[in-house]
Amino acid sequence: MYRIKATKLFKRFRNLKVLKDINFDLTTGDSMAIVGRNGSGKSTLLQVLLSTYTPTKGKVEYFSDEKAMDDSQIRSQIALVSPYLNLYDQLTAEENLKFFSTVSGLNITGKEIEVLFDRVGLGGRGLDYVGGYSSGMKQRLKYAVALLKKPGFLFLDEPTSNLDDQGKEIVFNIIEEFKPLSIVIIATNEKEEYRLVERQLRVD
Amino acid sequence: MSRGNSGLINKTLAVYAKDMRLEFRTKYAINAILLFGISTLAVVSFSLGQSGLSPQLLAALFWVVMFFSAMSGLAQVFIREEEAGTSLALKLSADPEPIYFGKLFFNLTLMCIMTFVITPVFFIFTDAPTDNIPVFFVILILGVFCLCAATTLVAAIIARASVKGALFSVMSFPIMLPLLMVLVKGSEKALKNQPITEIATELQFLVSFTVIMIVLSSLLFKFVWQD
Repeated sequence: MYRIKATKLFKRFRNLKVLKDINFDLTTGDSMAIVGRNGSGKSTLLQVLLSTYTPTKGKVEYFSDEKAMDDSQIRSQIALVSPYLNLYDQLTAEENLKFFSTVSGLNITGKEIEVLFDRVGLGGRGLDYVGGYSSGMKQRLKYAVALLKKPGFLFLDEPTSNLDDQGKEIVFNIIEEFKPLSIVIIATNEKEEYRLVERQLRVD
Repeated sequence: MSRGNSGLINKTLAVYAKDMRLEFRTKYAINAILLFGISTLAVVSFSLGQSGLSPQLLAALFWVVMFFSAMSGLAQVFIREEEAGTSLALKLSADPEPIYFGKLFFNLTLMCIMTFVITPVFFIFTDAPTDNIPVFFVILILGVFCLCAATTLVAAIIARASVKGALFSVMSFPIMLPLLMVLVKGSEKALKNQPITEIATELQFLVSFTVIMIVLSSLLFKFVWQD
């Protein structure tokens, strides 16, 4: 059972207040959408939750079975799909997957790689360089990398950006599959995306 | 997928192999390093001619070329991650230690290739004495380790700055100054055909410097990388 608790989060960039008094407490099985107008701080909140931005005030805590998790444990359980997260263009999709699985401490077999590629609709394209992929294919590959870990915390920023209808369907299925197994947090303005989750947090 | 027991070594090797693969496919850093090193050596040697430069001048010239060649390429290992937007994926997947050591070994490999090319060219262009070459190589190998140990952490610090190239040289300079002075002194003694016992002090300094820099950098890297 995982838990994420955000307490009195504030984030300011010089004179610009982006986040103001954000609080929530989610456990495995909970899902939440962060909604707000463009530039309201949805992606900033995700980055604060992922510790890639330090909050100006407040704290984010991760728990596993009510025990506080350290950085390495958190890293092993979080996955992010986002427009500002890029994979290696000069590596093939398969090389990317193998690299991220090894540095995440996972063993992945060739068969599992094939299954993952089929799952995200990239079957037969694993040996292509990512640099030659379309933006939608790159987005699908990010999902393959995110699913590697079977994460306890799944963060999705604009989850269906660049995807065609088939790609969106794949993402909706992934969200539905992960909702009971992990904590799913989505930053979005799309109604069809935030309707998939149970809670909403407005940041504007 | 199963949670494996791949430890620090496997993860470090994965980061190293990934960077080597990217470098072989783009030749981004190695071209910068070799172009700078060989062109500088060629310009200096054509200007001065093979007119019997003193060992002191030869040693200084050699390490100036090595230092600035290293500066032109070693920072790329982190700059490339920032510019390609891949650092976030790396941060969220890998612990800081294998990233640091993978990048350190990658820089070490680049420096070894650079040394392998630049050193013979230096001896050919400047007509430097080769009587005491084993001692010169001992200094050279330790110097390469020192340069990498000192610059890898700085490269991580400057990767997110807007004027990366200039900042890398400026920030590295105070750390490198004492190192370069010792390297020049040791190389000068080697070129003067002095035995290895005469450069024991320099060797002790270089070994200590490398160990201290690697230990400190590996401890500090996670703060630089994650913040």
